Formats: sequence, C-alpha cells, structure tokens
Amino acid sequence: MKKTGAQLIWEVLVHEGVDTVFGYPGGTILPAYDALLDYPIRHVLVRHEQGAAHMADGYSRATGRVGVAIGTSGPGSTNLVTGIATAMMDSSPIVCITANVSSAAIGSDAFQETDVTGITLPITKHNYLVTRTEDIVPSLREAFYIARSGRPGPVLVDIAKDALQRSIEFEWDDTPVRLPGYRPNLRAMPEEYERAIEMINSARRPLILAGHGVMMSNAMDTLRRFVDKTNIPVAMTLLGLGGFPASHPLNLGMMGMHGEAWVNTAIQEADLLLAFGMRFDDRVTGNLKTYAVNARKIHIEIDPSEINKNVRVDVGIVGDLRETLEELLPKVAEGDRSEWINYITDLKGDSAVRDIQQLPDTGHLYAAHVINDLWRLTAGKAVIVTDVGQHQMWEAQYYKHDYPRKLITSGGLGTMGFALPAALGAKLGLPDEEVWVIVGDGGFQMTAAELSTCAQEGAKINVAVINNGFLGMVRQWQEFFYNRRYSATPMRSPDFVKLAEAHGLTGLRCTTRGDIEQVVAEARATEGTVVIDFRVEQEDAVYPMVPAGADLHAMIRRPYSPLVETSDDPAK
Amino acid sequence: MQQTFMVYVEDKPGVLNRVASLFRRRSFNIESLTVGHTETPGVSRMTVVMDTDDMTARRVEANLYKLVNVLRVENIAHKRSVIRDLVLLKVRATFETRPQIFQIVEVFQGRVVDVTGETVIIEVTGTEEKIDSAIEVLNPYGIIEMVRTGMVAMGCGDDTPSVNPEFVHASAVAPGPVQ
Repeated sequence: MKKTGAQLIWEVLVHEGVDTVFGYPGGTILPAYDALLDYPIRHVLVRHEQGAAHMADGYSRATGRVGVAIGTSGPGSTNLVTGIATAMMDSSPIVCITANVSSAAIGSDAFQETDVTGITLPITKHNYLVTRTEDIVPSLREAFYIARSGRPGPVLVDIAKDALQRSIEFEWDDTPVRLPGYRPNLRAMPEEYERAIEMINSARRPLILAGHGVMMSNAMDTLRRFVDKTNIPVAMTLLGLGGFPASHPLNLGMMGMHGEAWVNTAIQEADLLLAFGMRFDDRVTGNLKTYAVNARKIHIEIDPSEINKNVRVDVGIVGDLRETLEELLPKVAEGDRSEWINYITDLKGDSAVRDIQQLPDTGHLYAAHVINDLWRLTAGKAVIVTDVGQHQMWEAQYYKHDYPRKLITSGGLGTMGFALPAALGAKLGLPDEEVWVIVGDGGFQMTAAELSTCAQEGAKINVAVINNGFLGMVRQWQEFFYNRRYSATPMRSPDFVKLAEAHGLTGLRCTTRGDIEQVVAEARATEGTVVIDFRVEQEDAVYPMVPAGADLHAMIRRPYSPLVETSDDPAK
Repeated sequence: MQQTFMVYVEDKPGVLNRVASLFRRRSFNIESLTVGHTETPGVSRMTVVMDTDDMTARRVEANLYKLVNVLRVENIAHKRSVIRDLVLLKVRATFETRPQIFQIVEVFQGRVVDVTGETVIIEVTGTEEKIDSAIEVLNPYGIIEMVRTGMVAMGCGDDTPSVNPEFVHASAVAPGPVQ
C-alpha cells in the first residue's frame, strides 16, 4: 500500500503505542500535520517548542514511556534545544521529530533552514537527518529503540520536506531493530560481583547512594529487599527521590549541596559507598579531593563512561541495576548495622532543632511550610513537578516521596521554566493522577504561556507559585557569597491571580500559613488548572548548604536564631 | 603516554563529526586522527592518537562506544603494533644541493616523487620519530611546503579484532579497579 513519508511518521508512532504528541506546526512540517488528522493520536498544541520538549519529557518521566515532541524547521527546531538538553542530562527517553527544508535546498541557507542535527549532536543520545522517504520508518524505529534502551535519552529525527511528500510502497515489518554498534545491555564479569560481595559483607559503615537508575531500571522492589536484608542505610540523590520510600526507617534522605547534614556527614564517615544508578554529580560530591576519602566504593551503573568519571571506584559493575542487585542479593550477608545506624540517628538530633518546621508560627508564610503542608494534605501521593531553585530544594526536603515517579524535576541541567510544561505532559500521560507544579516566580514566567495550553487541553493541574519577589536561589548565593549585593535578582511579577483568570483559569492567593490548608482544598476542588500565588518570605534561604566546590562536610547550617525577616515586613 | 585507538565505525554521513565532536565536548585532546576504508564494505577505520594517561584513555574508549555508529574500539597502547605516518615535503633543491638531498632521502628510505628546476617533492613513511628527524635534516635546505597524513596503526600477530563482535564484555569497556 502506498504511503507518503508524512503518513509513515504516524504509522511508526501508532505501532510504538504513542497516544499523545506535543508540537507546533510550520511550513516544512505541514505534510505531517495534514496526515495527522487521519491517525488516532492526540496532538497538544504548545505555545513554544521548548514546552513541547519539556512536555514530552514530563510525559515520559511520569509514565516510563517514550515522549514525543514535534517541531518545524529553523526556529521550530532550535526552540527544542533547551528541552532536549534537559532530557539528555536526566536520561529521559524522548523522540523529537523535526522537518527540514527540501533535500535539494539543505545547505543553501534556505528560509527556515537550520542544521539541527549539527546543533543537537552533543545533546542527543543519537540523531538522524533523513532525506529519503525509504529511511523514515527505519530511522524512527531506531530512534524509539535507542531512546528507551540502555541509559535512556533523547533522539532527534530531522526529515526533509520532500521526503515527507513522496509516496512509497509500504508494509509494516516487525523485524527487530538491528544496530551493530549499539550495545545497551552490557554485563559485568563474575569476578566483579565477587569482589563487591566481599566488600559489602565486610563493611562496618556502609551506605547506599540511590540515584535515578533505581527507577529507570524498575529496581525499587529489589533495592528494598536488598536494604531489608543487609540493613544498609540509604541516601538519595535528587532524581532518586521516590525510588526508595521516604518513610522507610533506613532512608536517610537527600545527599549533596542541599542534602541533610547527617547524610553528608555519614557519607564522609562511611567505610563503603554503594552507588546505585547515580553519577557522582558535583552537586552531590562537593570537593572531589575530600569526598568520602575513608570509603571504598562500588559503582553499579548502566553507562560504562560514568564509571571512574568523577569519583574513582574500587569496583565498577556495568549493567542494569535491577538485574545486578538480583544477582547480588542471594550472596550478600544479612547484617546488623545498629551501631552505625544509631550513630547516624544521633546526628539527626541537631538538625531537628534547626528545622524550620519546629520554629514558632509567626504568621509569616515560608515556602517550607507550604510544601510540608502540601505533602500532608495530598498524603504524599501527588505527582509533584518542580522547577529549579530554592523551591525545588525545599520540595526535595519537605515533600516525603514514598512512591516512584512522583517527583519530576530538572536535575542535571537545572532548567528554569521546566515545571509547568513538564507537569502538563505528566498529567496527559497519567490523567487520573493529581498533579502539582511547585515553581518559583522566576521560572514560572519563563514558560507561563503554557497556561494557555493547559486551558485549551482542559487539563487539571495545580500550580503553586512560591512567590518571593526574587530569583531566590541566586539571591541566596548573593547573600552568602556576594555580600548581599542583590544584582538583578529582585523581580517584579504580574498579578498571578489575574494572569490565571486571563487564561480562563482560576487564580488564588495565600499569604499566611493558616490559610494554606483552605487554599489547597479550594484548588483541589476547582475544575481546571488553578494557579496559587503563595506570597512567601522574601529572604529565606535553603539550609543546609555546601558551597559549590567546598568539602561535603563543610555545610552552612540554618541558624538557631529567628529567621531573617524582610525589610518591608509590617511586623518589624 | 601516547594512546592509539583503532576505531571501527559505520561508513555513514556525519560519523567523523560525531567522533570529533565527542573529543571536543569532553576536552580530550587529539594529536592525530585519520580515517579510511577497511577490508569490509560499509566499515571505516579511524586511528586516533592522543597523549594521556590510562584512566582517561579508558574514558575515551567508553565514550566512543556510546556513539551508535562506533562498532569497535581498541587501544593498542600496550600491545605490539605497527604505527606509520606519511609526509610529503616540498624542499628547495638547487643544482648544487640536489645530490645531498637525494642522499638524505635514501637514508630515510624515502622517495623523490617530483623534481623541478628548483624544488623536489619527497615522500617518507615511518614512525613519527623517523619522520620528525627527516624533517629536521631537510629543514636547512628550505622546506617550502609540508603535509602529513597522521598516524595509522595495526596490531601485530594473529589477534586481529573482528570488525563487529556480537558481544563486547562490559569489563572490556569499563575500567578496572584503581590502585
């Protein structure tokens, strides 16, 4: 049966089980949009292609399936770039389909021509420039396979317009994709397992560092059994949160720059680190020269290039985390680590008295209160999509994730503007889940145009804007390291309530702690997307904090004394 | 130390760019990179030379394997191998100096491939060191133009790597323990 190249795109997507795509039409991609009307795929019209890539990313992280973003040539392609880089850094499987000018015009600087395969080469797992209709199906099938296998990541397929327009004889071929140079399923040698087991069984102060890979390989249950058997406490990376229940007695919480003080101390005093599907990011390690110098290290990781990249390890096991843990599990000994666990528990005492939740209610609104209450009111079951900055760290500290894939955040690239579009993608992927955005006033305004997409799609998400009138995290760095010289961080914002209303959505405002419960209840009861403007303390800071590049144990702690009040505070 | 990678890649558009981009992106410094066809149709072979320690060399290898079009990588730094470079030199050669130059070419087992009234073009192959010394000796006569191919390498003996083994063991890619 004859099909146009444009139809072939949708043929592949239907076969791949894609039900929703996020995109924006334009000149060169027009044939694909024309053909789309005849296929059972929901198209979400974004307001900027960056939003399309983030939505595909959010969809993917929420569902575990491959997300799809679509853009036209030129600016339609370049606008995807930030979203692709975000997905790359966080190993998120998305496929971006772009059209380019006709093959004869490629290289001539034609109208809306851009070398998007060149631009995205270092920020994709792989990419394709397709100039022949015959290559569309194989390239797209490979793209889906590459995106989701091994260490997942974004793949871009750029298709020349004439290849979309031409028709060829087509019959679906189910032969598995064969890529001779692509080996996503590496396994380690038996000797490596034996050395790891010996180290685990002889360790007195071991610590598991659980990363994103736990969820990527569906190792949640295996990890839990591993921990229950060995009694090794677990520290989490930001992207790992939810991979091991926060309420588990051996879950210590988050590590790193804004990790819990006892976690960082435990890392520095451990005699064995078990790095499970994490990559020793600089935000996790601090100064590498003083990082966990007393500990031997075992690194289990699917990507061989991550082993010995930042931290030199004693055993590197390349492979799927779940399979590797299943292999280790019968051979590791049951352990009594009570001395070590009690030691860590004692460290927590000091942090508890500094905790903002313990401070008397002054009537002021703190972001940590908002997030802690939100956790309580949603019973920790909502899908939380955060942006980047202070609110992101407070979310990580105060929303206790017991369930996997319920925290979606831009970890590696730290992309402001990620949250709102990613949340819409997550909601459309999981329509029955309650989805909350937690976003700063700065990041919200970067992609607030997607409110319009939420309205058009009739999607119900709740947006908690943590509005402190500053680019909060940058302000905090200025406070700590630049002598409070607030250069370009005070930010004037529009009235977010009216902004929501202008989109035909609901806007709410909350200025005191006592109102949080009521406003959250109202938002949850309201149909359609709701924006809540939480007017929080302007100059609060995230504690503890390991300054960039400092030793992990050199943390700035929250002072015992009352919190900083803003200058225009009437109570002062 | 000098690390020499033999890299088998699929002969597809943009593959050289992918490899070069990887080295640039990870700040790996290439000393020399050559590419050409192999005995297998559709497969090209690169020889990449860089000056770095074994740890970085392992990272390079692992990163090269991440490229979908890379079929096989082998570092022959610690193996017996033949490494060759080729240079073309256009040297000023007058009636008086020409015999001396010819003699030097003979010593280096090179060839004179073009002669004009005032110049000769000389071709020398060999190790990098041999070519460096040929250039040094010929320099006083006046080198007008020079081009080098960069190094090509081949491991000695029978353990010829297959272009694309079915399964590469992870530990062949993942570095071992650090002492």
